[in-house]
Amino acid sequence: MLRLGNKFGILSIIALAVLLLVVLPNVLDPFRLNLVSKYLVFAVVGVGIVLVWGYAGILSLGQGIFFGLGGYLMAMFLKLEASAPELPDFMIWSSTETLPWWWEPYHSLTFTALSILIVPSVLAFVLSYAIFRKRVSGVYFAIITLALALTMTVLLVGQQGYTGGANGITDFRTLAGMSIISEEGKRVLYFVQVLFLFAVMGIATAIVRSRVGKILIAIRDREDRVRFSGYDTALFKAFVFTVGALFASIGGALYSVQVGLITPTLVGAVASIELVIYVAVGGRMSIIGAVYGALLVGWSKSIISENFPTVWLFFIGGLFIVITMFLPFGLAGLFARFSGKPGNNVVKARAGEGVRSATGSVAAADGKGSAG
Amino acid sequence: MNLDIAVMQVFSGISLFTILVLMSLGLAIIFGLMGVINMAHGELMALGAYVTYLTAYIFGKFMPSLMGVYLFFAIAFSFLVTFAFGWILERGFIRFLYNRPLDTMLATWGLSLVLQQTYRSVFGAQEVSVPMTSWLEGAWEPVTGIQLPLNRLFIVGLTIIVATLLYLALYKTRWGLKTRAVTQNRPMSGAAGINTDRVDAATFAVGSGLAGIAGSVFTMVGSTNPLTGQLYIVDSFIVVVFGGVQTLLGTFLSALVISQTQTTLEYILSGSMAKVTILLLVVAVLYFRPNGLFSSKIRQ
Repeated sequence: MLRLGNKFGILSIIALAVLLLVVLPNVLDPFRLNLVSKYLVFAVVGVGIVLVWGYAGILSLGQGIFFGLGGYLMAMFLKLEASAPELPDFMIWSSTETLPWWWEPYHSLTFTALSILIVPSVLAFVLSYAIFRKRVSGVYFAIITLALALTMTVLLVGQQGYTGGANGITDFRTLAGMSIISEEGKRVLYFVQVLFLFAVMGIATAIVRSRVGKILIAIRDREDRVRFSGYDTALFKAFVFTVGALFASIGGALYSVQVGLITPTLVGAVASIELVIYVAVGGRMSIIGAVYGALLVGWSKSIISENFPTVWLFFIGGLFIVITMFLPFGLAGLFARFSGKPGNNVVKARAGEGVRSATGSVAAADGKGSAG
Repeated sequence: MNLDIAVMQVFSGISLFTILVLMSLGLAIIFGLMGVINMAHGELMALGAYVTYLTAYIFGKFMPSLMGVYLFFAIAFSFLVTFAFGWILERGFIRFLYNRPLDTMLATWGLSLVLQQTYRSVFGAQEVSVPMTSWLEGAWEPVTGIQLPLNRLFIVGLTIIVATLLYLALYKTRWGLKTRAVTQNRPMSGAAGINTDRVDAATFAVGSGLAGIAGSVFTMVGSTNPLTGQLYIVDSFIVVVFGGVQTLLGTFLSALVISQTQTTLEYILSGSMAKVTILLLVVAVLYFRPNGLFSSKIRQ
């Protein structure tokens, strides 16, 4: 749990900063450091999921949509730069002869950056506000987002001439002249990513600690009462969903730059749900937990896929089951249980009863009242 | 589009419909009763398909003379195995997650991943298929030019029988009465002496068993691989949500609407655009009827 206001929060932030800025870059070889960058991308998305799921109680199984939007928008720019002055190779293969008009503006980095911030936000806000206004929530909302993630994948795969189809968009070389495939370039990107991560964490912390954050928790626990008190709960939910989408989009853009490709598999239902498990492992109520969750699960995925590829699905499947059944607040909940003062056993707090502990953990199982 | 093509088009939509309806009825009674979304429902269907495959394999090896009727045994076995598995699942796992519907989604999703990998380890990643029963080969030609494949007719008949049995079970038996009572008001039913735990387990098992039958049906129209379940799971959710969870008739109709629209659109547009159109249509409908197309209006 991240609370900059108290000593514990500051310490854990410093510990994370030391780990990411000093320890890992000096200990790991370039290949491993590169992998860590990839996990950090998911951590950025995860921080958004903490806000949306942990605080507002909205489970989105479609964060991949926004991750993909950011990723593809960034990829459009990178691809144009890499293949200039010719058409991107996949367009030539699909016998698209001229650049589609909506690809044109992506010659500009400024336009690309703006669209990465604006397009997913607008989409997320319009969509979610409309849905929340209709008081669709809980599992219905989760299924709608899942269906949209599926739609997006089908679209991306189907429109090969514009999106590269199932292979996605690959082979980037430079970002505004700087090489992003050289070892040096990747190292710089790593630090850029850490910077983005801390910025996102800062924004999330500010939201959580503001009045909005308190209302979000109230909405999660008893939405009807908040509504009766005169708040437009749909607006608050749409706001936090938009922030989550924005973070996911930033994460996607960073992913394209860092990993050098974007494919429909990163957008679909499976990838979207995997993003949620990163957060579940770290702790759905903990911003810093989401970062550790992403690092740990990402690292396990790399290790297991390298050594025992068949075990991976057993591992992640088992993780889903164990975490939701036994550790609903993830590692952060475990940590709070063992480090907190006696009586601060927040993890055992019952559904709907938010309990604020000395470490700032707010515990309440989701679900109650959100079943739609 | 002339009439012949139209009729055959409708008929090809019907085989999608049979699978969707069997899957969705199972999901819908589970969701209606317990508010649980079982993301592993597709893997239960795959389990049914694999049981059918195993039955065909065993009959082919040891009792080739009985191959003509293996299908009936396979359907029964699929139902029984998935029924038992569903029962164990509910008692050992799902029941600890009531009141946490979102967590249930995640946990059952995890289960689906584990099951997928299990199928892959046991049956291999490649597709397996069952031999076509000889008396289901060929087609029925009621009018010249219109050919209705016999195996599709068979699964349509089977689906109608299963749906009717489910209806009778829900509305004419004591189990059905208890299930409907618990669905409407759990605490009151408990107070009236109904063992709600038992009802939960039985209903979950029946829902799983329906998925097993869906898997059995699936082997007649396609080949099974470890990811078979995933192909149908999102569609089945959409059917349930689209139809409204409170009504089984709604589920039935919504499966019909969705499968027919999808196959028709696939005929007009490309496969992927048909899918996209369907999904967006459903989201649009849900926007105007959040509780599903066929639900009665209730205040929340």
